[in-house]
Amino acid sequence: MKDINLKETLLNPIFKGNPISVLVLGICSSLAVTVQLKGAFVMALSVIVVTALSSLVASLLRNTIPNRIRIIVQLVIVALMVILVDQVLKAFAYSVSKTLSVYIGLIITNCIVMGRIEAFALGNKPWASFIDGLGNGAGYGLVLIIVAFFRELLGSGTLFGFRIIPESFYEMGYANNGLMILPPMALILLGCIIWVQRSIQKDLQDK
Amino acid sequence: MEYISLFVKSIFVDNMIFAYFLGMCSYLAVSKNVKTATGLGLAVIFVLLVTLPINYLLNEFVLKPGALAWAGLPQADLSFLSYILFIAVIAAIVQIVEMVVEKFAPALYSQLGIFLPLIAVNCAILGGSLFMQERDFANIGEAAVYALGSGIGWFLAIVALAAIREKITYSNVPKPLKGLGITFITVGLMGIAFMTFMGIQL
Repeated sequence: MKDINLKETLLNPIFKGNPISVLVLGICSSLAVTVQLKGAFVMALSVIVVTALSSLVASLLRNTIPNRIRIIVQLVIVALMVILVDQVLKAFAYSVSKTLSVYIGLIITNCIVMGRIEAFALGNKPWASFIDGLGNGAGYGLVLIIVAFFRELLGSGTLFGFRIIPESFYEMGYANNGLMILPPMALILLGCIIWVQRSIQKDLQDK
Repeated sequence: MEYISLFVKSIFVDNMIFAYFLGMCSYLAVSKNVKTATGLGLAVIFVLLVTLPINYLLNEFVLKPGALAWAGLPQADLSFLSYILFIAVIAAIVQIVEMVVEKFAPALYSQLGIFLPLIAVNCAILGGSLFMQERDFANIGEAAVYALGSGIGWFLAIVALAAIREKITYSNVPKPLKGLGITFITVGLMGIAFMTFMGIQL
C-alpha cells in the first residue's frame, strides 16, 4: 500500500481514467449546470471540495465503519460535506447558488463521490485518498468546463458573461445558436468529447 | 383537473431525464436491454411514490422555517438539515422495501435483484424530493401525484432508450463512438424530440 504513486493518483483521473467520459459516473447533476461557464466553474469547484474532503474523512474512519452499514455512513459523510458547501455558497455567492438550485444538493447522489469512497478511500491511507478525491473532482470539473465553454461561446457568444464574439460579426449576419442553450445539446457535446477521446486512446474503444 | 395536469406535466414537460438529467448514471448503465430496464423503471416509480410523500410531511412539519410551530418553536428553521434527512429517509426506505419485497414477493425480488439498493443513490429520487421542496406543493396529494408522474416519465425514458440500444447493436457505428458515445448522442436526440412538449400549458 505504501507504493501508491501520488502523482499518478492525481493525474490519472483527469484524462486517462476520467470519471465522466471513461467510467460514466456522475453525469446526473452535471449537465444541467453547463449553460454558462460561471455556473459550471462553481459546480466543478464544489464537487472537487466535496470529493476530496469526504474521501479524506471516510478514509480516516475506514477502520471503524462496520461493513454492513457502510453505505449509509458514506451517505451521511457526503451529505455533511454538501451541506457545508451549500451554506458557504449561500453566504458568499447567493446568485450563483440560486441558479444552481437543487444541483448542489444532488452532489450527494453524485456517483463519483460514492464511487471513489467505495473503491479507493475505504482501502487506502487518508492522504492518498484526499489526492484521489482531488484528482477525480478535477477530472469531472474539466469535462464540465469544456462543455460549458462551447455551450456559452456558441449559444450566447460570451464567456463568463463577457462578450467574446464582436458586434461586427452580428452585423454581418452571424447569429447565436439557440440550440446550444437547450439541455439536449449538453449530451450531444459530451458524446462528441467521448468520440474525440476514444479516437486518441484506442484502448478505450468498445470491442 | 389540477391533479391531471400536474400528472401529465410531470411525465412529459418536466421529464426527469430529458429536462433535468436526473438519474442519468443508472439510466445509461442499465439500459442495455428492455427487460432489465423495465424492472429498474418499475422500482424507481415505486420508491419515488413511497419516499416523496414521506419527505413532504417531513418538510412540512419539521424542516420548513416555522414548521415546528406545533412543538412550540415557531422561530426554528431547520431547512439546512434537509439534504441529510432526505437522503437518510430514502436510504432507509430503500432498505425496508428491499426486505419487504424479499420476504413477501421473492419472485419480484430476484427480478429486481441488484437494482433495489442502487436506487438509493439514484439522483432522480433525491431530485424529486428537492424539487418538491422548491415547488412548495399545496398538499400531500399533489406531492404523490408529482411522484407518480415523474416516476412514469423516467420509466418511459429508460424503456425507450433500451429499445433503441437493442436495435443499435446491429448498425454500423464509427468505432470510437461505439457504446457510450452513440448512447449519449441518442439521448440528446431523444431529448430534442421530447422538447416538443415544452411550453405546453395545461
